[in-house]
Amino acid sequence: MKSSHKHLWRKTKSACAAVIAFVCALLVIAPLALVLFHLIRSGASAINWSFFTELPKPVGVAGGGMANAIVGSFQLLGLAALVGVPVGVLGGVYLAEYGTARGNFALRFMADVLNGVPSIIWGVVVYGLIVLRFKSFSAYAGGLALGFIMVPLVTRTTEEVLLLVPAGYREASLALGISRWKTIVHIVMKTASKGIVTAILLALARVAGETAPLLFTAFGNRFWNHNLSEPISALPLQIFSYAISPYDDWHRQAWAGALVLVVMIFLLNLVVRFLTRERMA
Amino acid sequence: MESATLIDPPMISPISPPPRRASSRVADSHDARERPPVFHVERLSIFYGDKKAIEDVTLAIPSKKITAIIGPSGCGKSSFLRSLNRMHELVPNTRMEGKVLFGGEDIYAPQVDPVVIRRRIGMVFQKSNPFPTMSIAENVLVGLKLNGVHDRAFLRERLEQSLRMSALWDEVKNDLHKPGVSLSGGQQQRLCIARAIAVEPEVLLMDEPASALDPIATAKIEELIHELSANYTVVIVTHNMQQAGRCSDYTAFLYLGRLIEFGSTTKIFSNPSERRTEDYITGRFG
Repeated sequence: MKSSHKHLWRKTKSACAAVIAFVCALLVIAPLALVLFHLIRSGASAINWSFFTELPKPVGVAGGGMANAIVGSFQLLGLAALVGVPVGVLGGVYLAEYGTARGNFALRFMADVLNGVPSIIWGVVVYGLIVLRFKSFSAYAGGLALGFIMVPLVTRTTEEVLLLVPAGYREASLALGISRWKTIVHIVMKTASKGIVTAILLALARVAGETAPLLFTAFGNRFWNHNLSEPISALPLQIFSYAISPYDDWHRQAWAGALVLVVMIFLLNLVVRFLTRERMA
Repeated sequence: MESATLIDPPMISPISPPPRRASSRVADSHDARERPPVFHVERLSIFYGDKKAIEDVTLAIPSKKITAIIGPSGCGKSSFLRSLNRMHELVPNTRMEGKVLFGGEDIYAPQVDPVVIRRRIGMVFQKSNPFPTMSIAENVLVGLKLNGVHDRAFLRERLEQSLRMSALWDEVKNDLHKPGVSLSGGQQQRLCIARAIAVEPEVLLMDEPASALDPIATAKIEELIHELSANYTVVIVTHNMQQAGRCSDYTAFLYLGRLIEFGSTTKIFSNPSERRTEDYITGRFG
């Protein structure tokens, strides 16, 4: 009698714990679902062909699009990758393959601190380094700011995926009389290539939505950018300036821009998922 | 120093054929007397940090013969083997004393590049490790390709030759483009041997190459090792004494980092000079 009572009590506790965990899981997913739902409701109506092909129209003129901001975002991501990928990947190679224990500790610590630096700080740094010196906002400055954000992310993830490559492959390669550098490039990095691509894509997805570091570097532009040393538009910037404007028409376009940006990042993450699933198989 | 005995096998010990494959051994034994040993290891000590893994080992490894290194776990077998092509240096904080002469040349001399040494002294590991991103053919040829050989006809020829020598050709000749890791465990190990011999080393070091394999795959590897000894000097580490007895010409017994005894396998197994060798071989410890 007593034991069955205890059994029931235990089952009740277990059920409570399961319900609480389930509710928490819902709370995790709910914001994403709500954001997507709201974005689609508010932004989908403003998405049409001209949104992707036309420049912004002046205030009061109906229509127009964000073509320059979409292309600008990709240009900025390209510039960011030029900085972030080589420095980040080679930094990860150094950490995983070359560094000494003490040096690595310091490097990892710094990379982790850099990862935590608020993104606007990178904007300020690049403003001081590039914009003031060349007396102009520019795509280069924006790309550099985003690239700086990418570096520690790519470095740490690259290091992790390289360390996942079993030591046996390095040994097998070195024992064939293959030099260390070739072993790293052709054996270790090739084995971890999907992981490295994943690291790069995740970092790109992260910086694609950054607004703060672009505010006083890329600055934004209502027209096409014809020269990377001049200001350039980016989706987050365009969204920002439209969202704080007093015009309903622009608000709708800001929602549409936000939807496009979220979908872009979503697709990037899907590619990452696909790649990592392949790696596990 | 007190217990390390140097027996120069081609000079002193009578070469009597081991039980299996007797005929070929007798034929070989004659020219082995004239061929100088391939390795002269002189007073070799190896340290990992403060730990001494090998202590004062002096040994001459004969050319085109199979030398087995036996001993209980942790006796320094692998460290010794790896010191022969400088693979032990991959472990941080490694230090060595003494000399390893390979064909009369000190492989630890400051001007010697370990990459070049390893090209001439290949290695096969305990765990088969074909490169997972590469096909069977790419695995075999990777050593040549990454060292700048791109002549397609030559590569093609070397591919077949290496796979034939490692007794794998007939099993994989129609699947050369399949991933190397799709093979069975024993086939993977033979693939690793093919990969090692494709760069035409002079010596093959084998670190317990069959310890992860079933008896049939093990028998194939042993057969293969025997055939390889026609062209290569083979040094094999094994904790399996039957294996050492079956497939080696010479045996070195290491215990606690020291060389206890070295001689022809027949002598070590039938009439060892050292008490500890006998105890180990008869299974009284280790």
